[in-house]
Amino acid sequence: MSMQIDNNQLLRFSTAGSVDDGKSTLIGRLLYDSKSIFEDQLLAVENTSKRKGYESIDLALFTDGLREEREQGITIDVAYRYFTTPGRKFIIADTPGHIQYTRNMITGASSADAIIILIDARTGVIEQTKRHTFLASLLQIQHLIICINKMDLVDYSKEVFEKIREDYEQMASTLSIKKSHFIPISALLGDNVVNKSAFMLWYEGAPLLEILESLPVGSGNNEHYAVEARFPVQTVIRPQREGYIDYRGYAGRVASGIFRKGDEITVLPSRLKSKIKRIDTFDAELNEAFSQMSVCITLEDDIDVGRGDMIVLSNHQPRCAQEFDVMLCWLGNHTFRPGSKFIIMQANNEQTVIIKEVVYKININTFERDLNDKTLNMNDIAKVTIKSAKPLMLDAYAGNKVTGSLILIDEATRGTVAGAMVL
Amino acid sequence: MKQYFLNYLDELESEAIYILREIWAQFQNPAILFSGGKDSIVVTHLAKKAFFPAKIPFALMHIDTGHNFPETIQFRNSLVEQLGVRLIVGSVQQSIDNGRVMEERGRNATRNALQISTLLHTIEDNKIDCAIGGGRRDEEKARAKERIFSHRDEFGHWDPKNQRPELWNILNGKYFEGEHFRAFPISNWTEMDVWNYITRENIKIPSLYFAHQRQVVWRNGSWIPNSQFLSLDASDEILCKKIRFRTLGDITITGGIESDADTLDKIVLEVAAMRHTERGNRSDDKRSETAMEDRKRKGYF
Repeated sequence: MSMQIDNNQLLRFSTAGSVDDGKSTLIGRLLYDSKSIFEDQLLAVENTSKRKGYESIDLALFTDGLREEREQGITIDVAYRYFTTPGRKFIIADTPGHIQYTRNMITGASSADAIIILIDARTGVIEQTKRHTFLASLLQIQHLIICINKMDLVDYSKEVFEKIREDYEQMASTLSIKKSHFIPISALLGDNVVNKSAFMLWYEGAPLLEILESLPVGSGNNEHYAVEARFPVQTVIRPQREGYIDYRGYAGRVASGIFRKGDEITVLPSRLKSKIKRIDTFDAELNEAFSQMSVCITLEDDIDVGRGDMIVLSNHQPRCAQEFDVMLCWLGNHTFRPGSKFIIMQANNEQTVIIKEVVYKININTFERDLNDKTLNMNDIAKVTIKSAKPLMLDAYAGNKVTGSLILIDEATRGTVAGAMVL
Repeated sequence: MKQYFLNYLDELESEAIYILREIWAQFQNPAILFSGGKDSIVVTHLAKKAFFPAKIPFALMHIDTGHNFPETIQFRNSLVEQLGVRLIVGSVQQSIDNGRVMEERGRNATRNALQISTLLHTIEDNKIDCAIGGGRRDEEKARAKERIFSHRDEFGHWDPKNQRPELWNILNGKYFEGEHFRAFPISNWTEMDVWNYITRENIKIPSLYFAHQRQVVWRNGSWIPNSQFLSLDASDEILCKKIRFRTLGDITITGGIESDADTLDKIVLEVAAMRHTERGNRSDDKRSETAMEDRKRKGYF
C-alpha cells in the first residue's frame, strides 16, 4: 500500500559478469523469487522455454527483451528492471557481458549505488572479473557484491568458494574499493539469492536480497552533505504573467550540499555575488534545499545568470579551469582522431573542447599504465588532458559525482563518444 | 540529527523534473504526447511543477485514432483549457482519407498500428524536435531498453542496437536536421509508483480508470467495451459488467478488468495485488512476442 512504502528509499544497482556467467538468470531469479513477475510474463516465458525445448523455464528470458537477444540467447543492450520489497525499492541495470562490454557496463553502473559482479565457480577469477572490478573502482561504486555463481556445479564446495574469494581479494588489493561482500549462490536453482541455501550451511552470511535490502544508500547518511553545495543552473524561469512580472528564477537540481534562504552565494564563472532570496517549488516555498532536489532559486540582486552557470556557497568554491585532467572511457565506434573538436557536457554546461594529450592508457587486465600508446579505441580507458574554449566549474569525481562527471559529444556525428571523470 | 534524504517518490519526481527542464533547455520545439491516459497525465502534472511559476512551455500533442472513449476527449479538452496550453491533434482518420495509410480489415481490425504514420507526420508537420512520452521501462520488455533521451533517425525509426550510451544524469539531445528525439521523463517509474503518485498528489484522471457499469464483450481474455467501432458477430455476447481500465488506448483495443475499485485508494490496493501486467489487457501487444519492439522500431510511441 502507498502508506507502507512512503519512506522507502531507492537502491540502484547494476550487474557485471562475462557471457554465460548467468547475469540474466540471476535477475530473473531475484524477480521470480521476490514475486515480482506477473503471471502473463511467466506464461510467455514458459511458452518460449517449451518451444526452445528446455526442461525448465529459462529465467533469462525475463530480461532479454529484444528479438535478437531472445533468438541468440544473449543480452545486447542495458535493460532496466524494477522491483519492490517491503523494505526497499530497486532499480536494476542489467548490462551485457560481451561486445561493447565497457561501454555498456559504464552506462549501467554510472548511476549505481551497488554492483553485483558474477564469477563462475568453475572458472574462478578471470580477466573479465578484473575488468569489471577495475571499472567499479573507477566509477567509485559504494558497494561491491561478489556472487560466486553455479555453486551447484562444484558440489557447493566451501573450499572452492574460499579459494575464489582469496584470489579475488589478492587481485583487487591494489584498487580502491569501498566495501565488498562475497556470496556463494546458484542463480539457476535459487540458492542464497532470495532464500538461504540448504546446501551451503557453512555460509554464515545473508542471501543476496537481504544484503541488497540492508546496504546503506548514499543519500541516506549525512556524510553526503558534507560535500560543498553546488547548484548547476538548467534554465531560467520567467513567468511573464500577473503577479510574477519581475520574477527571474534559476531552475536546477541541487548537485550536492544544502542551500538555505539568505545564504551568501557566488555565481560561476562570473564570480558575481548575491544572496538567496527564495527557494521555490510548485508545492511550497522552502527554507532549504538539499542534494537531489529540483527547485527554483531567486537571488536578491539582478545579476546575469544562465544555463551552464553554477551557483555555489561563497565559502566553498569549485575549480574553474580551461585545462584539466580526466580519466576517460572511449565509447565511440570510431577511433579518436587527434585534433578533432568535441562538445563537452558537464553540470548542464556545454563548451567546445579538444583532447590536448593522451597522458597514458590503462591496460585493464594488468592495471598497468602504457605511456606510449596514444590511440583511443572503443572500450579504452585513458588519462587525458582536456582543453576547453571557456572555463568549466569542476570538482574531483572522487568527491562529487555530479560536478565531477562529463561526456564528450562528437561534433561530426553528434553521438556520445566518451564518458570521463575529473581527477 | 536531521536526516537529509528524499523518499523514493520524491526522488522519482525530482528526476522527472530535471529531465523535463533538460528537454526545455536542449530542444527548440518540444511537445508532450498526450493520450489522455494516466502516464501522460502524470507527465503533464510534472511539467506544471517543473516550470512553476511559469506555465507549461510545451504544446500537448494528441494522436487521435477517431476511435476514442468520449470521456478521454472531454478530459483532454478541459485540461488543455485549464492549463492554457496549445493542443496539436494528429488525426488518423485524416491519414486514411488522404491515402497515407489503409484501414485494417476483419474482426480484430484496429487503428493502433496506423497511428505510427500519423504520429510521424504530425511531428514533421509541426516541426517537433522532441516528443515527450509517458512510456515507462517497466511496461514492456522492449521499453526496458529505452534511453531517457531516445534518438530517432530521419525516418522516425528507433535502432535499439545502436543507442547512445547515457551516463550519470547527463542527457545528450544533439541531432541533425530532420531527426528527432523521444524523451521519457518517467522511464524509471513503475505502474505502482504512478498510482501512488496520483494518489499522493490527488491528480485528476478520467473516470474510466474507476470501476463503473459498462456494456462489454469478452475477447482474447479481457472485456472489450462495446462501441460503434467494434465489429460484432453472432458469437459475441454483449454483457453489462462492473469494470475499470488499467490502461487507456483506442477504445477497440483497451480491455477492462472486473473491479469494484471506485476510489484511488482502492485502485492502489488492487494494483498492489495484481498478478498480471497492465498491458496484458492490450490486444495491440498480443499480436506477437515482439509486437512492441517491432512497432517501436518504426516510430511508435
